[in-house]
Parts: sequence; structure tokens; C-alpha cells
Amino acid sequence: MQDLVNIFVKSVFIDNMIFAYFLGMCSYLAVSKTVKTAVGLGTAVIFVLGITVPINYLLENFVLKAGALAWVPFVDLADVDLSFLSFIMFIAVIASMVQLVEMIVEKVSPALYGALGIFLPLIAVNCSILGGALFMQERQYSTIAEATAFGLGSGFGWLLAIVAIAAIREKIRYSNVPAPLRGLGITFIITGLMGIAFMSFMGIQL
Amino acid sequence: MSEKKEALFSKKNRKLMTDPLDGSNPISVQVLGICSALAITVQVEQAFVMSLAVMAVLLFGNMIVSAMRNLIPSRIRIIVQLVIVAALVILVNELLKAFMPDVSEKLSVFVGLIITNCIIMGRLEAFALGNKVWPSLLDAVGNSIGYGWILVVVAFFRELFGSGKIFGLQIIPESFYEAGYMNNNMMILPPMALITVALIIWAQRSRNTDLIEEN
Repeated sequence: MQDLVNIFVKSVFIDNMIFAYFLGMCSYLAVSKTVKTAVGLGTAVIFVLGITVPINYLLENFVLKAGALAWVPFVDLADVDLSFLSFIMFIAVIASMVQLVEMIVEKVSPALYGALGIFLPLIAVNCSILGGALFMQERQYSTIAEATAFGLGSGFGWLLAIVAIAAIREKIRYSNVPAPLRGLGITFIITGLMGIAFMSFMGIQL
Repeated sequence: MSEKKEALFSKKNRKLMTDPLDGSNPISVQVLGICSALAITVQVEQAFVMSLAVMAVLLFGNMIVSAMRNLIPSRIRIIVQLVIVAALVILVNELLKAFMPDVSEKLSVFVGLIITNCIIMGRLEAFALGNKVWPSLLDAVGNSIGYGWILVVVAFFRELFGSGKIFGLQIIPESFYEAGYMNNNMMILPPMALITVALIIWAQRSRNTDLIEEN
């Protein structure tokens, strides 16, 4: 259990998707004008990362990895290595899961759909989702629970980052920023400063 | 669509190629493809290889999508584009692994992330789906060079000030270090990439005041 909490905390603060790896930067910059929409998109990212990372983990360990097909009975597939297919499989899983989640949410909870609906299609091409899958592959988590903790943690870190920048941008509208830096430029600088602040979490262990 | 045959490098076509270098630069103006631009700019070599990889994917992606634009049903176009791009990225990744294993190691997941690089999807959606093959090709060349130069400039400053090297060659002479000069380790850390890009944006917008945004 402690391992899981540790992975979660590490992916929220130290390996933060935005501040350490710049993943999902495009939507981070585009949808951070108000706190309300930022919360909506952030929640959708947690949701989708929490679902796709474990699914891609299963895919990686039972289909794609070298020797992963050894469980297939009757035929000997133990030395088949499909890992070159991982990009296309991951993106297919992500695109179809996003579609599925959208349909389920629409059926089950119209209120939630109203809040998340417009953000879900955006998420299929959000780098942080595919990035989550690829980091999961690279770091080789040993159980599905660890992969899930990583997925949820990364999503939560992303939410934290986008809500924080949205709150700052709402305030900065009233200050006198040098004209050429207005909008994009000042957002970059603030994100950089926040990244420096987040680096002070480096080395935290529970 | 005009029936008149256009010269290959007519004024309009040349504009497609030169606009993205400055006035509609994918990174600093259209805000596309930021993710990878920031993460792999610690060294010029990585930035250079990454720009070439993006260029290859964008060139072929734009051409293929533009050639198929009348065949792709618009409801499933995102999936079709993702599959085309993913296939191209797999090719690029395998080539990098085979011929430049150490650079490929350093780029790690960011080669795979070209798939969701907004610059690719953005250009496919905004341009290739509505234009013929040749203009799409020029658009791809322009945008990938516009993307590449920012990457290389950012990487240039980060590598020069961060480790005193360019392309892995020592630039700042030994005597400087003996006189007390120190590398600015800050430049190697991720947040400085953001601030370097912000400075480029600042410089560009002070020169070209049309690009200034409302607060």
C-alpha cells in the first residue's frame, strides 16, 4: 500500500506531467483562461488516464512485450515480440476509450456529461494521455495497481497544474504586463516559475 | 478551385512556405507542438534530430492525407489521421533505433509523442484535408522548418549556457573556467525551456506588433 501511495505522490509532485515533462501543454495553454473550464478538463484527464493506463498496462504485458504471448495455448508464441506495434495499439485504445467513456457518461450522468462533454474529444490528442501510456511502458511497473496509481497520480498532477495556472491567469488580467508578453508569453514565464517551485518537491519519499 | 494551372513556386505557394517561419509560426503564434519543443531542447543534437523526425512525419502525413482527402469520411477522420500518423511515427522510431541508438535513447518517449504532437494533427486538420498535394507539401515544409528553428535556437542557448557546448563540442574555452566562469546549471532544468521560449516570443512580438494579444 505504501508503495502505491509513494508512486501516486511522486507522479503528482515530482514527475508532474506539466512541470517536469511538458506533456499536454497545448490544451494546458488553450483551456486555462478560467478556473471553471480548467477544472472540467482536468477532471476529464484524471478520468481518462485512470482508465487507459491500466488497460494499456494489460495490453503491454499480455500482448505486446517480448514473450508476453507465452500464455496462448496450443501455439508456441513465446518468442514473439510485438513491441514495435505499441504506439499504434496505445493510440487506438486511447481513441476508442475516449469515445466509449463519452458515450457511457452521456447515458449514465447527463450532468457530468454537461460538464465534461466538450472536453472529452479534445483529450484523445492530449499528449499527456499517450505520454502516460509510454512512461508506464518505459518504467515497467510491476503490478496493475502500481500502473493505476501512476495514471491517477499523473492525472491529478495535471489537474493541479492547470487549475493553478488558470487562477493566476484570471488575476493577471488586471496587471500591467509588457505588451509583447501578454497572453502566451507571460503564461510561459509563470509556468516556468511554477516549475521551479515544484522542483523543491524533488526527493520526497513517504 | 481554379482550373488555371499554377506555377509550382507561384507567389501564393511561396507564401505557404515562408509564413510559418515567422508571422504564423507553429510554436510562437499558433501554439502547436509545445510539448515536445520544450522537453528535448537540452542539447542541439536532440533538437535537430527531433525536428527532422517531425519534418518527415509531417511531410508524408500531409501528403498522404491530402491525397486521400476525398476518400476519408469526415466522421472518422480523426481516427484515420491518427492511424496514418502512428504508422509513420513507428517507421521513424525504428529508423532512429537502428541508426542513432544513443539519440533515440535520449529522446525516449518523445518520439512516440509525435503522434499526438498538435502540430501534426493541426496541420492535417487545418490544411491537408482541404488542399491539393503540392500546396500541402509546401505547407508541411514551412511548418516543420518554423518548428525546427525555434527548437534549435532554444537548444542552442540552453546547451551553450547550460553546459558550454554546442553539438557536444566544447565552445567556452577552458581559460574561462579557470578565471571563475561557471556553467549555469539552471539552463539544463526543464523550467528554463519555458522561459527561453517566452523570451523568443517577447523578441518576436516586439518586432512584429500585429501579433500582440489582448490582455
